Amino acid sequence: MCLAIPGKIVELVPASESLAVVDVVGVRRRVDLGLLEDDRPGIGDWVLIHVGFAMSKISEQDALDQMKTLAMLGETDAALQEVRGYGLEDESEDHNEDHTKARSAGA
Amino acid sequence: MKFVDEFRDPGLIRKAAEEVRRIVDPARHYRLMEVCGGHTHAIYRFGLKDILPTNIELIHGPGCPVCVLPMGRIDDGLSIAADHDVIFAAFGDMMRVPGTNGSPLEHKARGMDVRIVYSPADAIKLAKANPNKHVMFFAIGFETTAPSTALVLQSAKKEHLDNFSIFCNHVTIIPAIRAILDSPDMRIDGFIGPGHVSTVIGCRPYEWISKNERKPIVVSGFEPLDMLQSIVMLLRQLEAGEAKVENQYKRVVPWEGNIAALRAMVEVFELRPYFEWRGLGFISQSALRLREEYAQWDSERRFAIPGIRVTDPKAAQCGEVLKGVLKPAQCKLFGKECTPENPIGALMVSSEGSCAAYYSYEHRKAALVTSLGATA
Repeated sequence: MCLAIPGKIVELVPASESLAVVDVVGVRRRVDLGLLEDDRPGIGDWVLIHVGFAMSKISEQDALDQMKTLAMLGETDAALQEVRGYGLEDESEDHNEDHTKARSAGA
Repeated sequence: MKFVDEFRDPGLIRKAAEEVRRIVDPARHYRLMEVCGGHTHAIYRFGLKDILPTNIELIHGPGCPVCVLPMGRIDDGLSIAADHDVIFAAFGDMMRVPGTNGSPLEHKARGMDVRIVYSPADAIKLAKANPNKHVMFFAIGFETTAPSTALVLQSAKKEHLDNFSIFCNHVTIIPAIRAILDSPDMRIDGFIGPGHVSTVIGCRPYEWISKNERKPIVVSGFEPLDMLQSIVMLLRQLEAGEAKVENQYKRVVPWEGNIAALRAMVEVFELRPYFEWRGLGFISQSALRLREEYAQWDSERRFAIPGIRVTDPKAAQCGEVLKGVLKPAQCKLFGKECTPENPIGALMVSSEGSCAAYYSYEHRKAALVTSLGATA
């Protein structure tokens, strides 16, 4: 719950006010950008995600660092499990499968 | 040293560790509190204690939302689900937290409709998918998760979603720090400030700690290098007799916080006059409840709750551990009756709980050393 998960915005969901698809080491899920409405990120931007909501815009380098931090903390699997769980399991068909194999940069 | 070989920037880490040793006054004992449970986890995971001089004591703070929730609130939430046949939705962290008659997971095994969600937005989806049932989201967390709950409530209101409510257990970090500073048995020299809570609230709310209490606080990132740098910053202040708010985690934490998130929280929540914290007791204005405009989505207003107050199991000393008065291993139940596999207290459940963190790393390490008959 308190994991901050870095993701790259790859798509803005057209029929919604604030949803975007993010890519987290190959896992793609929808997250809500509503908490960044004052400085709305766009496609290609990196964000830190908490419980399905983007909380801050970060640089690509910081995103990579954060992924390493999660790996060091032994939390990579928990983070990916969380991201896979966004949108409830039944709904994952649209942004399904992990394109690249989830790099579990095991600590 | 293994620690240095395993992690990034070993050179910088070594330098920071040397800097710590250079600054510390060997005649002085430093008590530094890491407020956030994520930092507690990181400290044990990285073995930070092993590379710090022994006169720097790290005290684990109250920033693990699962750990500070009194058992009565879990019982209240579960009783709503049982008495009114509602779907009990919560984050995975909550599932193994013991209530008086078992955890949510154990209630599920006995037939309660308990669902894990990874986002509060998914609790709304659950409600839409189950129009004939009521879905209650058991909301927990500090300012890191409260804004997300706020947005979800805004959308429930906008969509007139009737079969959904929030059992709100959101707490705020500042009153907890204040309670710790007010507590006579706590003597803290400085604080490692929470990283992700501060992305929302910013650094300004900590200014009273430096101004009124004359204690330094450094908002910190979670890597070993971040934490060592934050400790260096705290020690520098302490040795110079200063007390300032500093931001080591500038790459993520803006000084002003996330205004949009704060706006959403203010629109939806108001402060409760008081709220009970495990270990810290009742703290005034330390938790959030839904505003009158959101009463319809407030589980506590919608359903009669028993308002259960339960004291922790007598033998368990969660309260003392939470306040930092006892170390995890000093609790009588630690590693015996209470383990991560069979937790009696909440601090043994969450990976951010100091008991679980201590058990996973320190306790196993110590057991290994003992079994090998090794000497220090």
